[in-house]
Amino acid sequence: MTDVETAVAASTVDLHKTYGSGDSEVRALDGVTLDLHAGQFTAVMGPSGSGKSTLMHCLAALNAPTSGKAVVDGVDLSTLNDTRLTTLRRERIGFVFQAFNLIPTLTARENILLPLSLAGRRPDEAWFDTVIDAVGLRDRLGHRPSELSGGQQQRVACARALVSKPRIVFADEPTGNLDSTSSGEILAFLRRSVDEFGQTVVMVTHDAVAASYCDRVVFLADGRVVDELADPDREQVLEHMAALQSAAMNLVD
Amino acid sequence: MLRLTLRNLLARKVRLVMSALAIVLGVAFLSGVLIFSHGLSNTFDNIIKGSTPDAVVRPIGTESFGQSAPSTLTVTPADVSRLADLPEVAAADGSVDGTGLFLLDGAGKLVGGQGAPTLAFNHAGSVNMLGEPILELRDGRWPEQPEEVLLDHNAADRGGYHVGDQVRVIAPNGDLSRTLSLVGTADFNGGGTAGAVLVIFSTPGAQQMFLGGRDAFTSVNLTAADGVSQARLVAAAKTVLPDGFTAVTGDTVVDQSQDAIGQFLGVISTFLLVFAIIAVIVGGFIIVNTFSILVAQRTRELALVRALGASRRQVTGSVLIEALVTGLVATTVGVALGLALARGLAALFRQFGLDIAASSLTLTPRTIVLSYVVGVLVTLVAAYLPARRAAKVPPVAAMRADLVPKERSLRRRTLIGAVVLLLGAAIAVAGLFDPPGNDAAWIGVGAVLWILTVAAISAALGHPVLVVCRSVFRRLFGTPGQLAGENALRDPRRTGATASALMIGLALVSLIGVLAASLNSSVDDLVDEQFNADFVVQSVAFTPFSTGVGDKLEHVPGVGIMSRQQFLAAKLGGVDGSSTFIAANDDRFSRIYDLDVRSGRTTLQPGEAFVSKDAADKHHWRVGSRFTLSFPGGGTLTPTVVGVIEPSQVAGQINISLDDLESVGVQRQDSSVSIRLAQGADAATVQRALAKVVEPLPIVNVQDKDDFRDSVRGQVNQLLYMIYGLLALAIVIAVIGIVNTLGLSVLERTRELGLLRAIGLTRRQLRRMVTLESVAIAVLGAVLGMVLGLVFGVLLRQALSDDLTSLGLPLGQLVVFLVIAVVVGVLAAVIPAVRASRLDVLRAIATE
Repeated sequence: MTDVETAVAASTVDLHKTYGSGDSEVRALDGVTLDLHAGQFTAVMGPSGSGKSTLMHCLAALNAPTSGKAVVDGVDLSTLNDTRLTTLRRERIGFVFQAFNLIPTLTARENILLPLSLAGRRPDEAWFDTVIDAVGLRDRLGHRPSELSGGQQQRVACARALVSKPRIVFADEPTGNLDSTSSGEILAFLRRSVDEFGQTVVMVTHDAVAASYCDRVVFLADGRVVDELADPDREQVLEHMAALQSAAMNLVD
Repeated sequence: MLRLTLRNLLARKVRLVMSALAIVLGVAFLSGVLIFSHGLSNTFDNIIKGSTPDAVVRPIGTESFGQSAPSTLTVTPADVSRLADLPEVAAADGSVDGTGLFLLDGAGKLVGGQGAPTLAFNHAGSVNMLGEPILELRDGRWPEQPEEVLLDHNAADRGGYHVGDQVRVIAPNGDLSRTLSLVGTADFNGGGTAGAVLVIFSTPGAQQMFLGGRDAFTSVNLTAADGVSQARLVAAAKTVLPDGFTAVTGDTVVDQSQDAIGQFLGVISTFLLVFAIIAVIVGGFIIVNTFSILVAQRTRELALVRALGASRRQVTGSVLIEALVTGLVATTVGVALGLALARGLAALFRQFGLDIAASSLTLTPRTIVLSYVVGVLVTLVAAYLPARRAAKVPPVAAMRADLVPKERSLRRRTLIGAVVLLLGAAIAVAGLFDPPGNDAAWIGVGAVLWILTVAAISAALGHPVLVVCRSVFRRLFGTPGQLAGENALRDPRRTGATASALMIGLALVSLIGVLAASLNSSVDDLVDEQFNADFVVQSVAFTPFSTGVGDKLEHVPGVGIMSRQQFLAAKLGGVDGSSTFIAANDDRFSRIYDLDVRSGRTTLQPGEAFVSKDAADKHHWRVGSRFTLSFPGGGTLTPTVVGVIEPSQVAGQINISLDDLESVGVQRQDSSVSIRLAQGADAATVQRALAKVVEPLPIVNVQDKDDFRDSVRGQVNQLLYMIYGLLALAIVIAVIGIVNTLGLSVLERTRELGLLRAIGLTRRQLRRMVTLESVAIAVLGAVLGMVLGLVFGVLLRQALSDDLTSLGLPLGQLVVFLVIAVVVGVLAAVIPAVRASRLDVLRAIATE
């Protein structure tokens, strides 16, 4: 194992998140301890309600855990106020959401540069060019989101996530709304960003094909890490998912 | 369907409350003005009816509450007893009415000040038409000795006097500054005095003060014997009247007084009503906008209802019922608020001395009906367009993902708008070339067309302004600024409609600003050109003052030439002719003032007159023409026109010789005294000496050219600020519109705002973004309004160029308006911005 692989980009320690109280209490996260390694493409999978989105939101400084610790790039998120959290998201975290990723009034270029311009920073032109060419959007930079296809919009979102050179990129079902060709393009790009640019990417998905692009898959159920796979292929992922589903079914029975 | 409608109303209560607030304020202002006007005219009616006897004997040609010059004619006690002896007469009370008396407070300041008059008369013990005493004693006792007086209780309060105090007054003649003992307070039977100051003497006291101690009376109050009608009473009285006197029935006096007062009250009511109507119209704009947005937000729901089988009419109907309920509730609250507002107005007028009884500020059926009709109708009319649009939502929209229907192109509307604008411009410009009818009315029609059209196509017109805003914001505030600019540009209709409400207010404010600036600048020109005296001595309220003042001024060292002038009302032609204001000048007037003479001369001998060009044109007078003036008491004068002058600030339309006045029985007083310095005299020293002479007379002051200009400007500005104050309400309502629109925009863009927060927009930046969008809307409204106001202000000035000889542009004020617009934008954004920054980022970005 190399240094790059052992370095931790983000981690959680005994993370709990509960919603509501009393009878209606829901434990979205029930003691998650997890290290996300730098330079890796990690998938977080699990059935609906397993807490995978909550985990990502807590790690991405979008949501505060009930207890436990979430650390990004060595910073304990619980120690930051809203403004510092915002700055951290802006500077060290990249986001790709499932839908509604772009500001409709801004052009593709302006959308990509938004985190930088909000911070009042100038883009690194060479890096910007590299990213643009990697997502293949050079001829679309002047267009508004409404003039782009769904796949193109997600590529713009990917470019935005990378352009500020974040410590970690969180992708929340980035291919959830796309056809298989566009999905393939997006996943190939995220893979490349890890392989060629050394980026760290964490992706929440329930698509086994998407997970097969990753270095590691973490399985969540009922708010806990129940399993994980290294260098998975599609069949392995499906098997694990099926096992989790039936375990869940058995529990219900 | 009805149940669904009512559910909708409740579900969107915050939004509805905000838009209803616009109607609430408009209706509150409207009903407040109606209630107040009603209370005002009630107050005067009560006073008039409560203070008028069955019949009055008075000099021919005088009018109660009218503007007639005080007559020197009197009746003797013998005349009074002849009247009293008539079988039709139960009582004849000789009355002494004096003018030129003023009440001072303990500090020597005038009580009553501007506005309402000081009425001084004797306590004659007369009863009014209803058989009640005209005066009711409130406190103390009636005056008996010449040096004893009563005041009305309000005047006593304002002067800080209590029964037993020495009261300071300015007498009309002789030793001007005097003290009298206050032995009681009394009020008119009708309650209140509407701000007038009453000074009540004993009969000998009044005769000493006003008639030089002669045992005589200026008029006689008659009370009819049992069963005698007013007409019979008057007919009987006329048989024994001395020359120059006539008898009129109490009903006639009441009618004449109500006419005269009614005109004055009508001006106040109309003035206030205009602003109430403006407020209601602006409120209507906000209703249009709110309902448009509500309908847009509900597109999917409406489509679902349509898909389930609701007809277009049902959909339109449901939106209109929503508007009806909103209108009803808002009007009800508005009327209640109006009652409070009327009290506030009454309190404000009390500050100016106009006392309105709170008991007369009541809701009349007329006020209630009018408020509901206006409030509900405006809401319904304003909601009609959005309601029709709601019905056009195709049922299939329920199945589509894109919630907001594509806005129709603005092109057609803009094109039609441009045509109407051209039409409006043509009408307005036609107003400059002597069209049939009133020039200003043509321009007014053009202005209304423009305001409505600009409001309708503000979406297109506003674009350049918003683009400028965007680039300024980007430069000053970076990305949040740019995003704000983009947001303002994103729904041009909504931004435009919201800005329109503010536009109306600012258009009016700028228009008034241009007219006021032009008036000021015209006055400056006139003063520069015509103010040839070094000093002018005038009374603050333009009430004439004792000639004794001039007698003393004349002897101040350094006074070179002094000229006296008396302004008075006279009737042109016979006793029944139209009342007109004339000036009577002494022979030194033309030596001080260098009038612009068109023909003839301005030096007057007795029996001569010079007139302005306007008066000459109106009456077809030339040099050599003769005309007749009638004065109270029946005196007439038939002067010959010896000169025609250009319009002048210092001379009247008709100017006669001062020497003629006494011969026609008019009491001599001075309205204005002009002074030119003697050669080598020091202006400052002389001014100090002159000021010392008038010092005991707070009603009179000495003005040099600058003071004079300032005092005229002061009057213009006072009116201007009052109008601005009233227009502020329209601006407050417009602010509500901005708050409303921003609130909805924030709600609609929840996910977008969440995304921005996720990728690094701080709360502060978010608040700034919302605030700047608000500022963009406000600036758009301000710019459109100011351009409209300027254009029509300049056109209107041109149409009125006879009076407004010079154009003034209030550039400083316009800058202030723009700054105010920015502040308005910032204030309007406070609540929406805080709400936006408190959005839960997670909920905002969570996928459905």
